[in-house]
Amino acid sequence: MLHLVLFLVFGAICVAGAVNLLAQNHPISSALSLVVVMASLAVEYLLLGAEFVAAVQVIVYAGAVMVLFVFVIMLLNAGAEERTQGSRVALVLGIPGVLAGGLLVAWVLVQRTNTPEVPLGALPGFPKTIGALLFHQFLLPFEVTSILVLIAIMGAVVLASRPEPKMKVPEKES
Amino acid sequence: MVPISYYLILSGILFACGVIGFLIKRNIITIFMSIELMLNGVNLSFVAFAAQWHHLSGQVFVFFVMVVAAAEASVGLAIIIAVFRTRETLNIDQVNLLKL
Repeated sequence: MLHLVLFLVFGAICVAGAVNLLAQNHPISSALSLVVVMASLAVEYLLLGAEFVAAVQVIVYAGAVMVLFVFVIMLLNAGAEERTQGSRVALVLGIPGVLAGGLLVAWVLVQRTNTPEVPLGALPGFPKTIGALLFHQFLLPFEVTSILVLIAIMGAVVLASRPEPKMKVPEKES
Repeated sequence: MVPISYYLILSGILFACGVIGFLIKRNIITIFMSIELMLNGVNLSFVAFAAQWHHLSGQVFVFFVMVVAAAEASVGLAIIIAVFRTRETLNIDQVNLLKL
């Protein structure tokens, strides 16, 4: 019962944050609602027992990545979004397409409601067990991701750096 | 006791919100945030399935997805800065050339 109540409360907060992300016009409001979504998702992970994932979600996503986003928004001085008129074809084809896709997904989910129920903290993912798994079974992927992150750091530095000013040739005209 | 399908429905809603934001938003930073929203929805389904099958690999995969998402965010935001520096705009309707 407690599990269901907590799931519903934080799921509602999560969906409200996601919808607010779409509804807001200013990027900084969208970024803050994304922080709400990520924090409530961390609670959902905790309900499933994934403690390590919940902690990393708060530290990496809600902390580091969102700070990066907010920093870039402020750096670029992003203002409110300009609305543009979408194409008529998208409007005519898109809304029936979305409705059909949504109905299909809803029908499948209604047909398959016999999924197992999980208790509170179903699969405890303590940092110790995750770490043991990470450094034994998943050692190669782990090392590959470290190289990936290194490449990403270098790429970010190269892309975001200002282009070098051209060497000034001393002018001889008088 | 909560059925796994509830978690999957929540994950589907988050993913759908991300797709809709990706399609209707015009600000390049908000589009990028929608991508992060989609990744979060997928992560929730990973953790839910890990709980269903009692296998910790799902949670390790979430860790990897987060690392890749952090790398993607840093490179993507650097590209956004580079685009803004040359175009002076964040509206993707005015960014129609890949060339800087």
